Amino acid sequence: MSTRSDAPDLEPASTARVSDRVARNPEIDDLTRKDYEWGFVTDIEQDSLPPGLSEDTVRFISAKKQEPEWLLEWRLKAYRHWCTMKEPTWALVHYPAIDYQSISYYAAPKSNKDGPKSLDEVDPELLATYEKLGIPLAERAALAGVAVDAVFDSVSVATTFKGKLGELGIIFCSFSEAVREHPELVRKYLGSVVPQKDNFFAALNCAVFSDGSFVYIPKGVRCPMELSTYFRINAANTGQFERTLIVADEGSHVSYLEGCTAPMRDENQLHAAVVELVALDDAQIKYSTVQNWYPGDKNGVGGIYNFVTKRGACRGRRSKISWTQVETGSAITWKYPSCILQGDDSVGEFYSVALTNHHQQADTGTKMIHIGKNTRSTIISKGISAGRGQNTYRGQVKMLASAHNARNYSQCDSLLMGDACGAHTFPYIEVRNPSAHLEHEASTSKIGEDQIFYLNQRGLGTEDAVNLIVNGFCKEVFRELPMEFAVEAQKLLAVSLEGAVG
Amino acid sequence: MTNEKTPLLQVQGIHASAGGKSILKGLDLVVNPGEVHAIMGPNGSGKSTLARVLTGHQDVEVTGGEVLYKGQPLLDLAPEERAREGLFLAFQYPVEIPGVTNNTLLREGLNAMRVHRGEEELDAIDFLKIVKRKADLLEMDHMMLGRAVNHGFSGGEKKRNEILQMLVLEPTLAILDETDSGLDIDALKVVAQGVNALRASQRSFVVITHYQRLLDYIVPDFVHVLANGRIVKSGPKELAHELEAKGYAWIDEAVAGAPQS
Repeated sequence: MSTRSDAPDLEPASTARVSDRVARNPEIDDLTRKDYEWGFVTDIEQDSLPPGLSEDTVRFISAKKQEPEWLLEWRLKAYRHWCTMKEPTWALVHYPAIDYQSISYYAAPKSNKDGPKSLDEVDPELLATYEKLGIPLAERAALAGVAVDAVFDSVSVATTFKGKLGELGIIFCSFSEAVREHPELVRKYLGSVVPQKDNFFAALNCAVFSDGSFVYIPKGVRCPMELSTYFRINAANTGQFERTLIVADEGSHVSYLEGCTAPMRDENQLHAAVVELVALDDAQIKYSTVQNWYPGDKNGVGGIYNFVTKRGACRGRRSKISWTQVETGSAITWKYPSCILQGDDSVGEFYSVALTNHHQQADTGTKMIHIGKNTRSTIISKGISAGRGQNTYRGQVKMLASAHNARNYSQCDSLLMGDACGAHTFPYIEVRNPSAHLEHEASTSKIGEDQIFYLNQRGLGTEDAVNLIVNGFCKEVFRELPMEFAVEAQKLLAVSLEGAVG
Repeated sequence: MTNEKTPLLQVQGIHASAGGKSILKGLDLVVNPGEVHAIMGPNGSGKSTLARVLTGHQDVEVTGGEVLYKGQPLLDLAPEERAREGLFLAFQYPVEIPGVTNNTLLREGLNAMRVHRGEEELDAIDFLKIVKRKADLLEMDHMMLGRAVNHGFSGGEKKRNEILQMLVLEPTLAILDETDSGLDIDALKVVAQGVNALRASQRSFVVITHYQRLLDYIVPDFVHVLANGRIVKSGPKELAHELEAKGYAWIDEAVAGAPQS
């Protein structure tokens, strides 16, 4: 793919850009050029559709998944609307036009047609893939107390700890299974946070979504373990359209982890996921993401297009939704995990680290929509740009007339490494209630040669010095992540970043 | 003073420039193990450039001369390699590193040096014991250990923090670049106490200062006057008092009268 590294025609006043030269540091240059370490392709027989998108495609997917009529209609409604929509162009990302007819919209690992009942039945090659990723499913599940609903391409292949969760009435399963086993819950909440017509990519997802995860936490239950899904895009030229729905009933708590890596390949892969969260009275949802999809090579060839719609509704009083994301992968990231603070005294949080290196582009941020009284939101965004990476924070804080005493605190920091990258900040603030309090802080800094030298002088090599500085920069976000995820995030940052002051 | 042994540091005819401007013009200096050398001189005479040459700062270009450290060429080593060989600089302007705690920096630094020496890395508990003991020596609140490196520190706190790092890393050659600037007299005494606690027969110090005041507390074996990129006068500790009384002007006159090399 070709990405632009030159300046956009219109540059807003709040844009920070580094054009001045920093003294060359060959060591750091080397570090930035590190290859993607986890590039490999698993060969599993695919049961896939030929490329193309029409009503027939939608019907095929729905039939393949033996869906009820109402869901087919729901998909078709989305598809018909999508046909009337235009791909958004407002984001500060540049990529060649996507031919939606050249994408295959369904792929399922054949060996799982009947669905594995245990890990023994899971394709050994798939398990080997997880091994390579350093996440041996069984071990991880057993040792870390994490129930893993592994999504491999489009069909869930393994679900663990289901029994234990079941005793508490917690539902944690693939989306397809939820449609079969809990249709009333799915029907009630599906599309209730991100409607079919919400945006171009969400509408596409609604029409062709393949599978995903479903979570329901009953009243008053605190989920005793972190729920985790590993997404992995594998089939060549196949769009990935995951659908996640998490419902936390009154007084319940859940922490959900989403993480992924992807095999290396040349074609760009479109990913348009939708995640919906619903928190009822006094419920809390913590949603953590560590995203490491293939970012493309040094020259900007290949890499995932990640156009994701993530939104949570704090429907109940005193409910809380917290998004934490560490985005290091993808060629293009278009993602705004948001909170609709509907219930009085509800709380929304967004903690983000987005890193762009080489030719990566990220336009990411959040929306905090304050509707209820005494609603509070916090936004902490850390953007790191290296190589020719372009990193944009785009965030909206909206306080409606009904939102008495609403409060928001936003902090957007950018760290620049090198002379060819860019950092941009677009805050949108809309306040219709005079009792609202907003605070917005922003900073842009360059990783300093003086900082690196200082750490060198204390015995640290340049690579370690840079990692230490970057991890320090991201600390406020990392401390929001569950422990093991935080460790993973630091490693990822070290690998993906590696470098660039040069 | 063990002059029959290999000097710890031999600076031989160093010429160095920064930003295209020639600053050091044939500087010589020999430091033996266990010695404390004070380098004094007016602003712009090249004191900090000398510190940068020795530690390998990227903004300084060495255009001539040689430096031997422990008898080996120093200038080819990367800054971190010099540090691991026991060369320490207490910065004139300590750098802030947001989000990285003092503890983290000190542990990473100390362990990098231990690994370099073929020793085992310290675990968190042993490490904390050491650091807390050193902090006590400098009358530093342990809370400072959990704060981000120099971030939001006062000038005096930063300087004290440099000395804490020195105490933890236990260098073989410590260069103190105007550590006294910005310190009140009480803080100065505490800092000097920290330095003196580290004085040992195999450890040397190069104390760069503008004022004689610090040398009342860190008593040097030798005092050198740096002017116009060269050491123009060396002497015992009393030379510092002479400078204090007469100022640097007489040195300038002396240099002006001397034949150029």
